[in-house]
Amino acid sequence: MTFARRALVVAWKDLLVERRSKETLNALLFFSLLLLFVFQFALGPDRERLAGVLPGVLWLGFILSALLALGRTFLIEREHDCWEGLLLAPGDKSAIYLGKLGANLLLMTVVETLVLALFVVFFDIDLGRAFPGLVLVVALGTVGLGAVGTLFAAMTAHIRAREVLFPVLLLPVQIPVLLATVKATEALLLGEPLGAAAHWVKLLAAADVVYVAVALLTFDVVLEG
Amino acid sequence: MVRVLGWLSAFALAAGVVLAFGVAPREVSQGNVQRIMYVHPPLAWVAYVAFAVVAAASVVYLVRRRPGADRLAHASAEVGVVFTGLAIATGSIWGKPTWGTWWTWDARLTSVAILFVMYVGYLLLRATIDDRERAARYCAVLGIVAALDMPLVHFSVYWLRTLHQPPSLLKPGGFTGSGAILTPLLVNVAAFTLLYAYLVAKRARLLRAERGALA
Repeated sequence: MTFARRALVVAWKDLLVERRSKETLNALLFFSLLLLFVFQFALGPDRERLAGVLPGVLWLGFILSALLALGRTFLIEREHDCWEGLLLAPGDKSAIYLGKLGANLLLMTVVETLVLALFVVFFDIDLGRAFPGLVLVVALGTVGLGAVGTLFAAMTAHIRAREVLFPVLLLPVQIPVLLATVKATEALLLGEPLGAAAHWVKLLAAADVVYVAVALLTFDVVLEG
Repeated sequence: MVRVLGWLSAFALAAGVVLAFGVAPREVSQGNVQRIMYVHPPLAWVAYVAFAVVAAASVVYLVRRRPGADRLAHASAEVGVVFTGLAIATGSIWGKPTWGTWWTWDARLTSVAILFVMYVGYLLLRATIDDRERAARYCAVLGIVAALDMPLVHFSVYWLRTLHQPPSLLKPGGFTGSGAILTPLLVNVAAFTLLYAYLVAKRARLLRAERGALA
C-alpha cells in the first residue's frame, strides 16, 4: 500500500467507527449547542456589546469543542484495546498521523459548521461578503489546531491526568493561531476585505506548515514503545 | 568543575551588585528604579538561552538517545522557568512606577508570559510521566514544538501591539547609551549566564544521582 492509501485507511477506519457508534459526534454537537446557552447567559442580550466580542466568542466555541474532539483521538484504540493493532500497521508511522489528522479535521469541520450556523441564527450575524474569507480563515485555523492537537493527543493518550494535561499543553502552543484567527475573523465580520487581514492569514498558513511538518517528523518518536 | 563555576558566578554576581548600586550613575528621570535594569535584561536573556538549550538538547536526544541530553533539557527547562518568572517579576516591579501599571498586554510581556506557561506545561508533562524513557521522548518533542512556535508567537503578539521600549543592547547599530550604564549591564549578563550554567550543571548532576538511586 502506498503512503497516502495507508493514511486514508486509518482515517476511513476512524470515520466508520464514528459513523456507527456516533460516540463523539452526537455529544460534540450537543455540547456546542450548550456552549451557545452559556455564552448567551454570560454576555447578556446587549447586541452592541455582543458584536464586539463575537469573533472571540466564536473561536472560543470552536476551541472548546476542538479540545474535546482532539483529546479523544487515540482513545478509540485505547478503550477497545487496539493500540498494538494500530502500531503494527506496516510502513512509516506518519501515515497513521495523517489519517488521524484527516479524521479529526472532518469531525471538527462538521462541528464548526454547526457552531457557525447557530451563531448566525442566534446572534444575528450577517455573513454576506465575509463568508468566503471566513471559510479560509476557519480552515487554516482548524488545520493548525488539529495538527498540534493530534500530535499531543498521541502523547497524552497513555499518561495520567490526560484530560487536564492535553489542554494545558495545547493552548499555550496554539496562542498564535488563536490570535490570528480571532483578529482575521474580527476584520472580516467588520466588513473589511480579506486583504486587510492578509498578514494574519499568512501567519496561519506558516503556522500550519510548521506544525504539520514537525508533527510528521516527530510522530514516529511518540508512537514507539 | 561545577564548584569552580559556582565560585565564578558568585564573584561575578557580587561584582554586578557593586557595579549596579555603587558605580552606575543614578538615572535622571527614573531615579533608582532604573537600577532594576541591571537585573531584568540579564534574567530575560538567560531565560531565552535556557529554552534554546532545551530545544537543542531535545534534538540531540531524539537523534542520539543519550540520557545526558535529556537531563540537560530537563535541568535547563527548570532553571529557565525560574528565570522567566523572575524576569516577569522584576519587570512588574519596574513597570509599576515607570509605566504606572504592574502588567499590560504589551507584545513583549505577552510573549514572555506565553513562554512561561508553555514551559510550565513542559515541566507538568515531565512530572506526570513515571517512565523516564517515555518522559524523555515526549518532552523532547514538546521542547522542539515549543521552540518552533516561538517565532509565530513573536509575530502574532508583535502585530497586536507594543509598548515595551525597543531593545537597547541587541539592536541593529549596537548600543548607543553611556558606557557607565553598559559596563554594569554586561557584567550582570555575564554573571547571570554563569549562574545559569552553574544551576543547570548542579541540577543535571542531581538528576543523574536520582536515577542512580532509583536503579
